[in-house]
Parts: sequence; C-alpha cells; structure tokens
Amino acid sequence: MSARILVVDDSTSMRQMVSFALTSAGYDVEEAEDGVVALDHARKSRYDAVITDVNMPNMDGITLIRELRQLPDYKFTPLLMLTTESGADRKSDGRAAGATGWLVKPFDPDQLVATVRRVTG
Amino acid sequence: MNIDLQRFHATYFEESREGLDEMESGLLALEAGERGAELIDSIFRAAHSIKGGAATFGFSAMAELTHVLETLLDQVRSGDRGIDAAGVDALLGSVDVLRALLDEAEHQQPADPSRVRAAAERLQALLGEAATGAPVAAAGPGQDGELLGWRIAFQPEPGLFMSGNDPLRILRELEELGPLRVQPDLDALPSFEALDPLQSALAWSLELQAPAERSAVEGVFAWVEDVSRIELEPIHRQREQETAATASAGPAREAGEGSIRVGVEKVDTLVNLVGELVVTRSMLQQLGAGIDPALAERMDAALEQLGRNTRDLQDAVMGIRMLPVDAVFRRFPRLVRDLSGKLGKLVRLQVRGESTELDKGLIEKIADPLVHLVRNAIDHGLEDPASRSEAGKDPTGTITLDASHQGGHIVIEVGDDGRGLDRERILAKARERGLEVPEDPGDAQVWDFIFHPGFSTAGAVTDLSGRGVGMDVVRSNIRQLGGNVELASRAGEGTRVVIRLPLTLAIMDGMTVSAGGETLVLPLANVREALQAQPGDISTVKGQGRLLKVRDAYLPLLSLGDACGNPASGRSEAPVAVVVEGDGRCLAVEVDALLGQQQIVVKSLERHYRHVDGISGATILGDGRVALIVDVGGLARTHLLPAAA
Repeated sequence: MSARILVVDDSTSMRQMVSFALTSAGYDVEEAEDGVVALDHARKSRYDAVITDVNMPNMDGITLIRELRQLPDYKFTPLLMLTTESGADRKSDGRAAGATGWLVKPFDPDQLVATVRRVTG
Repeated sequence: MNIDLQRFHATYFEESREGLDEMESGLLALEAGERGAELIDSIFRAAHSIKGGAATFGFSAMAELTHVLETLLDQVRSGDRGIDAAGVDALLGSVDVLRALLDEAEHQQPADPSRVRAAAERLQALLGEAATGAPVAAAGPGQDGELLGWRIAFQPEPGLFMSGNDPLRILRELEELGPLRVQPDLDALPSFEALDPLQSALAWSLELQAPAERSAVEGVFAWVEDVSRIELEPIHRQREQETAATASAGPAREAGEGSIRVGVEKVDTLVNLVGELVVTRSMLQQLGAGIDPALAERMDAALEQLGRNTRDLQDAVMGIRMLPVDAVFRRFPRLVRDLSGKLGKLVRLQVRGESTELDKGLIEKIADPLVHLVRNAIDHGLEDPASRSEAGKDPTGTITLDASHQGGHIVIEVGDDGRGLDRERILAKARERGLEVPEDPGDAQVWDFIFHPGFSTAGAVTDLSGRGVGMDVVRSNIRQLGGNVELASRAGEGTRVVIRLPLTLAIMDGMTVSAGGETLVLPLANVREALQAQPGDISTVKGQGRLLKVRDAYLPLLSLGDACGNPASGRSEAPVAVVVEGDGRCLAVEVDALLGQQQIVVKSLERHYRHVDGISGATILGDGRVALIVDVGGLARTHLLPAAA
C-alpha cells in the first residue's frame, strides 16, 4: 500500500504541481486548500506525511502544525512546511509549533519527491 | 683519548652525500608546493646528522654551516618560521656549498672560502629576519592534501522525536553521500526503568568516508541543527600520510639493516676472478676435445655443468655492479630547476625507467654527456614561454629522460618538445664550414653534421652551451663506452637524442674467426648472420670497393684480414662472410674461417698497451692465446661513407 500524503496550499496551481509530482512517484495524495479543511481530513483519515504552505486563509500552516501535533495519531508524523522566505523567523516558529522540517519554494519536484521519500521511508 | 676516527670518515662522507641528496629533493618538493610535517622533518634530520658527524670528526667549516642550517630548519619544523622562495633558494645554495666542503674534506679539493662565507651569511640573514612566510609543518586549510571525508559528532536534543524527526532517517540521508561508519554513544542512555521512549538519549560518532562538500553534509542536518549538537571535522590525506609515513619508517629501517656497503674494488676483484674462471673453463673445454670418447662424454657433461655454474656466477657478480640509472637521473631535477631559472624557460622534467639498471662504471661515465644533452635541450631546444604560447604549445616545455633495456643494450633517451632541429640551418652551416654535403641528404645525414667538432648553429654562445665543443665530445665519450648516439627530430615538435650502450663492458659473447692468420673476435651483439658467399654475389663498384649481395641488399664487403693489416695471400671466390652491424650500419666482413662462439672476458688494450684503431679490446682464449676484439662500429666508420637515412 502506498504512503498517503496530505498536501495543503491555498494556491491551486501549487497544489496541483505537488500532487502531480507525488502521484507520479507512486504516492496517494489528498489535497486541502486551507488549515481547517486539512485538519478535518486529518481527523478522518490517517496520513503518513503532511506538506503545508504557511500563508493560508482561515488557518495558516503553523497553526495547522500545532493543531496536528495535538492529535494522538500525528505526534510523530513528518509535517513539512512549504516556505517562500528563507527568513529564519518562520522556520523557528514552525519548529516551535512542532514542524519536522521545511522545503523552500520554488523547489525542484525531484527534490520534493526525494524529501518525501526520506521522511516516509 | 685519541681514537683514530679516520676509519669512519669514508662512511660519514657517503652518508652525508646521501643526506644532502635527500635534503635537496626535499627542498625541491617544498619549492613545488608540497607541505607536511614529514617532509620538513626529513630535511631537518638530514641536516642534523651531517652536523653531528661534522662536529665529531672535526670538520669545523661544515659543522658551522650545518649548525646555522639546523637552527633555521628547526624553527621551520616547530612552526615558528615559514619558508618562502628566497628561503628555499638559500637552503639549496647551502646544500651546494656543503657538497663542496665534503669534497674538501674527502679529496682535499679546497672549497672556495668566499662561497662558504656567502652561504653562511645568507642563512644568518634569514635567521635574523622575523619569521615570515606560510608555516610549513602545520597543515593549513587549502594547503592540505585532498579531502578524504568527515568526522561528525551528532547529538540530537531529547525532544527530537516530537517534531517528527528521526535520527535514523538523518543517518540514512548522510549515507547517501558516501560510506558511513557509525558509532553510537550510549553514555546518556538511562536505565530501562528510567527510560522515556519519547525522548532521545543517544548520540553518534560518525565517519563519512567520502570527500563530500561541507555544505552537503551540513544540509543533511539542516532541519535539526538548531536543536542538536553537531560537530564537523574534515579528514585530510595529510594526516593519513603522516601516520603511514611513521608506520613505514619502522619497516624501512629494518630493510636497511639487510644490506651492506661494499667497496668498488672488492666487486671489481670478484668480476676479475669470475672472468678468470671463464677462461679456465674454456681451457678445460679445449683439452676435453682431445680425449678418448667415452671419457669425453662424461667430461662434456661435467664441463656443461661447470659452464652453467660459471654463467650463473657471472650473472650474479655482474649484477652486483648494476645500479639503477636513477643514480644519474636523480641529479636532474635540481639541474633542470637551476637551468630553467637561469635561461628564463619554463621546464617540466619527466623521468621514466629510472629503475633500469646498468653497470656502475657506465653510470659514472654517462653522467656528463647526459648533463650536456639536457643543457642543450633547455637552452636551444625549448623555446621561451611566450613563443611557445604563440605556437599553441604549453608554455612549460617538457624534457624527458627515459631508460630501457632493448636487446643486449640499454637505451637512454633525452627528449624535448621544443622547436626541433633546423635542417636548412644545419646544411647552411655545414656548407659554410666546407664540409662535404651529399646530394639530397636524408634527415639522419643532416643531423650527423651536428656531431662535427666545433659545429654549432646556436645564434649566440651562451655561458652554458653553444660553444660547439659539446656534441662531438658526447659522441666520442659514448663510443668509448662501446655505444652510439643517434638523433631524431621533427621541426616544431622537438628532438630526441638516443644513446645506446652495452649492458656491461666486462664480459661479452663473441664469435671467434680467423682472418689473415690471426684469431679475431667479433662481438656477438654486432653479428647479424654468417654465410658462405657465392661467386656471383660479389661485385666491385668503382670508388666503392666490393659489394656483397645478401638477399635483396648490397652490403659493403671488407676483408678483415686487410683491415687488420694482414692481407690474405689469395682471394677466395666463395669467401666466408659475416654480416655485422655497427654504429647503425650494416656491412659484411670477409674472414678465412669461422672458429666458434664463446663467452669472452674483455681486457682493455689501452690499459696494457695502447689504443689501436679498429680494435676495442683483447681477450685470452681457451688455449692461452690472445685474440683481439674487432671494433665493429669503428670499422664501419672508417671504411664507409655516412649512411643515407
């Protein structure tokens, strides 16, 4: 059974790109357009990794990560942030919230797949 | 107490010379950019030994100079002083002076005191200067040997798991960069009862055995670096070499104990004795010929056995005298360095076949000709860097020294990738000097003019070469050794000088023949074939003498009897002829009869009598008679015109 990845981003094109890359690599991908939807999905289904953008309406990525860490099923799940800034503050905020790591946009789809492979392998 | 220390002098001189050679090659390596504690240590040790002996044996001039040298080197060794180009130059200069002082002590050839003073002053000046230059012994960044890998200490924070991170994942990612050795550190691991599975209590010592970029290694830890202890330490080849060097210094010293120094005279005596043995064996063989057949058969077997033993003994003894040609080649890095500096050329020296062995006597005699040839190559052969660049060549020219065994000879080549020989200029010069120039000469004939005394097409006579006394002396020196010299060249690409020498001078295989009532020996190395000429094969050409048809070629035919001043009473219609090759040319010599083939010990005619043209030595045959050895090369030269290429 292939690993299931939850991809969260308010930009449709970004979601589609990430989805496509991961699906081509054999992963099962679920999309969500903001933190609220994502949390909902996460409660209903178990995912092996979550990739989330930071800036989203309704619930941003960092809050999402904090919320996810409260769920027993997601205590140790890899939660990755997609960040445009290489600014340290967002990363440290993310870390404080419990993020596993980050991917800086724009990223190379292959790199994305490799990273996902590492954390789900 | 007055112990006579003189008996130890000889060893001291030899050791010191070797030490100076080591210092010199160490200094040249430093100059070329090599670094490392072991390198500077070896230079220091050499100076230190020489100083010790000089003081002990009372060679005060050497002791003083080496003392300053040692002080300087000690500072470099401990990192208190760096070394720069001027420093290396001064040190190399003092190596030269020390050699001169050694000569003074050993051979009573007085060294120039002003040179000694100048060298000492230079060293003192360096000492007086504040320590400058980059440290040599310390392996600084960028000066190290290549990167071999990384030593990494990794200790994640206890709460690492809570962020979904997994140390194992990180280690696996690290392994993507190369082979990884992992050593877990369990010091912080609590007892099982106290263990909190959600907390990380482990640390790791890792060794990545691949020359990865630091950024790549750091990248693996990017997500956890703020919350973990991560220490990176590069592993460089330098450190590996040092441990390897000290490790091998041990066994090497033991290997040294397995050899002993032997005086050359002792070896020469051995060679003579073996030579006498060969003659005695021949005598026995001859006597054996006249014995009753039954006894003769057993005698033959015994003699054959003796023959094999003698041959083996001979090879072994001759082997003692054989030294690698490196004994000569190793002086060239220094020479090339000095010359290229003086002449403003960029030169790289390539040496091949330095372990090829040749007779010690030859080694000493080949040194001067080689030095002259290398000088020529750098001075006249190689163009200056600007011209080379213009011509699309590497501004650094290459001089090649190559030694190899070919047939019964050793071949030494001195090559350069310079401008090559200028055919037209040589021909012009030859005509100018009134030398006979054949019609449409082949390349080999043109190059041959270079060997004429006083011949030089050098535009200006430099201090080093160009006086035109060189090439002819080189050739005659080499001929005296029983060898020959040839030139090969391509315009714009370079020149090669090829020297061919017999492997040894002392013993050779020879074909005994009788000619004009005398027994003569033709060196087997020169003999191509022997045949019975048919009457129709001989023709006489006006102005050229007789020619012998051998298969498809016509070779000049010389009567050996005539050549030796003993003309045969009658001319045979179908004479026995031996085709020989000397000095690169073939000819046929007419003899009365072929007598046999045997090993002969070469005795010098010069030493016992005087030089005779056409004769290269003498030997004593089995029956006790003296037979002269024909100098085939000389015969070819005197009786034939220069060969067409």
